Amino acid sequence: MTLSEFLFEPFATYGFMRRALVGCMALSIGSVPLGVLLIIRRMSLMGDAMAHAILPGAAVAFLFAGLSLWAMTIGGVVAGLTVALLAGLVSRVTPLREDASFAAFYLISLGLGVLLVSTRGSNVDLMHVLFGTVLALDDASILLIAVVTTLTVIILAIVYRLLVAECFNPGFLRAVGGAGRTVHLVFLTLVVLNLVSGFQALGTLMVVGIMMLPAAAARFWSETIPGQFVAGVLFGIVSSIAGLLASYHAHLPSSPAIILGAGAVYALSVLVGPRGSILSETLRLPHLQR
Amino acid sequence: MSAAPTIRFDDVTLAYRRHPVVHHLSGAFEPGSFTAVVGPNGAGKSTLLKAIVGALRIDDGRIRIEGIDRRDIAYLPQQNELDRAFPMQVLDLVALGLWRRIGPFRRVAGTDLDRAADALRAVGLEGFERRTIGTLSGGQMQRALFARMLLQDAKVLLLDEPFTAIDSRTTSDLLDLVHRWHGEGRTVVAVLHDLEIVRHEIPNTLLLAREPIAWGRTAEALSAANLLRARQMSEAFAEDAPVCDRGAA
Repeated sequence: MTLSEFLFEPFATYGFMRRALVGCMALSIGSVPLGVLLIIRRMSLMGDAMAHAILPGAAVAFLFAGLSLWAMTIGGVVAGLTVALLAGLVSRVTPLREDASFAAFYLISLGLGVLLVSTRGSNVDLMHVLFGTVLALDDASILLIAVVTTLTVIILAIVYRLLVAECFNPGFLRAVGGAGRTVHLVFLTLVVLNLVSGFQALGTLMVVGIMMLPAAAARFWSETIPGQFVAGVLFGIVSSIAGLLASYHAHLPSSPAIILGAGAVYALSVLVGPRGSILSETLRLPHLQR
Repeated sequence: MSAAPTIRFDDVTLAYRRHPVVHHLSGAFEPGSFTAVVGPNGAGKSTLLKAIVGALRIDDGRIRIEGIDRRDIAYLPQQNELDRAFPMQVLDLVALGLWRRIGPFRRVAGTDLDRAADALRAVGLEGFERRTIGTLSGGQMQRALFARMLLQDAKVLLLDEPFTAIDSRTTSDLLDLVHRWHGEGRTVVAVLHDLEIVRHEIPNTLLLAREPIAWGRTAEALSAANLLRARQMSEAFAEDAPVCDRGAA
């Protein structure tokens, strides 16, 4: 097998591979910048919590409407935003911090979701919701991902300055009259939307991986937010290609293969990335002496 | 220019997590005044500044801000409120001072960045424009935050412990800047711990120990009797006192 056969043949031959690739690339473009911002805000585990929080919404929709893309999307968005708003409310009116109240609400939500799915659906259905169907993306799913990605990129471009100011120094923004709380809410909504559209492709548990792993890796390549956006999106796309190829050639399940691809990029970045990696820290310039 | 900016307190009581920490404060920061807010830890000094900028609900009484929009008050919080690992360049941090003029959506023009660079030069950080804030020392970070205030061009400035953990060279540079602002007719309020600086540099003092002990010319406000009383007040204060007993001390 030649290299070009190895790299291109699967995508040239099979429509489902092309669809999977397009879906994963779009997902990377939309969700990785959100992952970068989550990491900067020290909310890295928020994506995880939100992904779990989405489950009961999708499950309820699944019970009432079967495997309907739009029903599960609306259910997931409603559940995710409910958890985000309740957690935000509790952390504002009580001394409990936002991460702790998020943990509380997502656990309640997850318990509810597992309960709902197990009372009605079979285990096969549960696996379907949890681990995604990246090799069986239909037109509607791809359209949903494309719409969400487009919205995400446009909205991020519009609120970027507000968002960064709010992340960095919420007190200052409040003092000069910026709409900090609103932009935080817009940001959380985008996170939920991306997780919901992504769980059609990769599954609830895996979508967080494509959001956070390339973003965490990007931190070792750039010290500016735009730089981390670019690096992270590239890593997301590379991981998607690598994961899909591995799953095709080695007959592995595709979603975990993509996430492990992203994991490999992350591990490599921690080891040899130019900014703060283990290698760059040990290779510090020696103290110059005459 | 509209009416001179004044911050007036009418019998203000402020609570932090439902414990009142500032009791029955009345008086005003007059236009063009330069006042040090002094007092023991937990006396409510930072709480007072937060209430002025609207970051804190006022429990009782009123704070009236006259002749100026509250958003045009420049406020320098304590440094530990900022995440130094944030991937931001010094120039961008300083340019935040232009927020009221540029806002979240308008274009940042080249002249705006020039002004930010000028502000950096004024605080002695020329050449630091593209450094990330994580590489700055504590004193350099404080200089950068002063550059941001410089761009805010505010008529009223509130500084919360601006010289804490800052070396003497930086302190004296930044103090010069504050004097310049005062000389330009701006109102300055600074929470300070170093009584030497207050005595020598700052004309007015508000001595706060949950209740205002003294408010006026620094030499009189910081009399030995007043300082003693401030210390006794803060010691005598029951942490969980449910009612306000004005005769307690």
